[in-house]
Amino acid sequence: MTPLKNIIRKNKFLDFLFIVLSSFFLLFSLLMLTLLILDLAVTGLPRISWAFLFSFPSRFADKAGILSAWVGTTCVMGVTALTAIPLGIASGIYLEEYAQKNWMMHLIEINISNLASVPSIVFGLMALGIFVYTLGLGHSILSAGLTLGLLILPIVICTTREAIRAVPGYIREASYAVGATQWQTIRDHILPYSTGGILTGIMIALCRAIGETAPLITIGALTFIAFLPHSLLDPFTVMPIQMFNWTSRPQEAFHVNAAATGIILLGMTLSMNAVAIYVRTSFRKKIQW
Amino acid sequence: MVAMENHKAEIKNLSFCYGQTRVLKNISFSIAEHRVTALIGPSGCGKTTLLRCFNRMHDLYPGNRYEGEIILYPDAFNLLSKRMDPIEIRMRISMVFQKANPFPKSIFENVAYGLKIRGVCDKHHLSQKVEEALKNAALWEEVKDRLSCLASSLSGGQQQRLCIARALATDPELVLFDEPTSALDPTATQRIEELIQELKKKYTIVIVTHNMQQAARVSDYTGFFYLGELIEFDRTDILFTNPKVKKTEEYITGRFG
Repeated sequence: MTPLKNIIRKNKFLDFLFIVLSSFFLLFSLLMLTLLILDLAVTGLPRISWAFLFSFPSRFADKAGILSAWVGTTCVMGVTALTAIPLGIASGIYLEEYAQKNWMMHLIEINISNLASVPSIVFGLMALGIFVYTLGLGHSILSAGLTLGLLILPIVICTTREAIRAVPGYIREASYAVGATQWQTIRDHILPYSTGGILTGIMIALCRAIGETAPLITIGALTFIAFLPHSLLDPFTVMPIQMFNWTSRPQEAFHVNAAATGIILLGMTLSMNAVAIYVRTSFRKKIQW
Repeated sequence: MVAMENHKAEIKNLSFCYGQTRVLKNISFSIAEHRVTALIGPSGCGKTTLLRCFNRMHDLYPGNRYEGEIILYPDAFNLLSKRMDPIEIRMRISMVFQKANPFPKSIFENVAYGLKIRGVCDKHHLSQKVEEALKNAALWEEVKDRLSCLASSLSGGQQQRLCIARALATDPELVLFDEPTSALDPTATQRIEELIQELKKKYTIVIVTHNMQQAARVSDYTGFFYLGELIEFDRTDILFTNPKVKKTEEYITGRFG
């Protein structure tokens, strides 16, 4: 009995050790994140006011605001969503439901997942060549939206495919067995049942796009804009670029502005994530296999 | 061998290949109208594969090949002909699956779906047909007050009867049952067996089952399959009491399976 008990004691100690270690690491990484956010909040929070939200940037730190930045971000994200969502969902459906499984499709699939990991600055360079110069769209909201749209397209395609694949085969068969065509099956069953997953993917993709800076700087986003855009072909700036601009200024007061902008940007991302979680759970409640 | 009755379908020299493997070998028999035909045999004998030839479910997956014919009467269509549209076939021949597979929609929507894709949109007509189908599937009394509830709120046996109602709503010429009770408890199984007895007055039924007692209880004709071949086909009472082939006797007496 005693040797057995010794072994058990030793095993249980290892168990305990592992729990202590892993919770320590968890707490450490959480602490780091909290510190970052706290630092941002302490610096930036007092600066946030209606005036800050509704003023244009200025030479004077205390008069500067982020109106043109968040309007720019909203417009660019609108264009991004309008391009990436329909294209991504349609491509996902085609690849998952219609495409023949041959080497061509295999090649396309591999390349789409590769595209998802291409550095965003490369997309920026490509967009500079194609959208800004060849198509002549200029350093505009439209160019920026299209660039970010292309950037997140692979993410939307992949998550759409995963969501579609999660619909069990017997549901498809049930639909075909009553005489539905492929499109009827997709429209009436596969899409409605995978909406939760697709919307979550879209939200995650948009969250990535909203924080992108590099490709927009590459296509020539301005850093100082003191007017609101009148059309999609107008120049623009976005929140992360506004932040970047302010942090590179020597005056301390501009750093405070940058922190405040960071908080707003963080708030936008978090609320998009919250929407994604809400959508996912509410759809999951309705659909049980 | 088979007494003279009206034929609903006739299987002629049917073979089915999945890739390079020949899963069904040269099968021929007839399906009598308003009768229950059971297909029995050990796992992997091809009985489900055969059933899925009737509504061309194999067309959904690549690498399959049919040989031979399945003639559907009275029109004398060859169901396996390349010219027959599988959509049309599936609109005329319904199927009930092994595992209840209702759509994650309301009870009403489940039954009405087949009608909707046939272009029925008149609300009154639709609800009439749904009620009729649910009554035929012996489910109406249990669900008439909650037609808008999700199908997943029903019990397993009720879900399977809902799938039967979905299959009946479109007035099929032939109803295919693929081991419809294999996932159900004995009480639910008994209800479905009684239902099948009732349904044969209106419909022609083909049922695949791995349960020999079930075949003996519900069917009028039985085919015994082994390794992709039809070993014996006869009236159920004859096949089970006086099988002509030794393999059949060994299977129905439980010596292998």
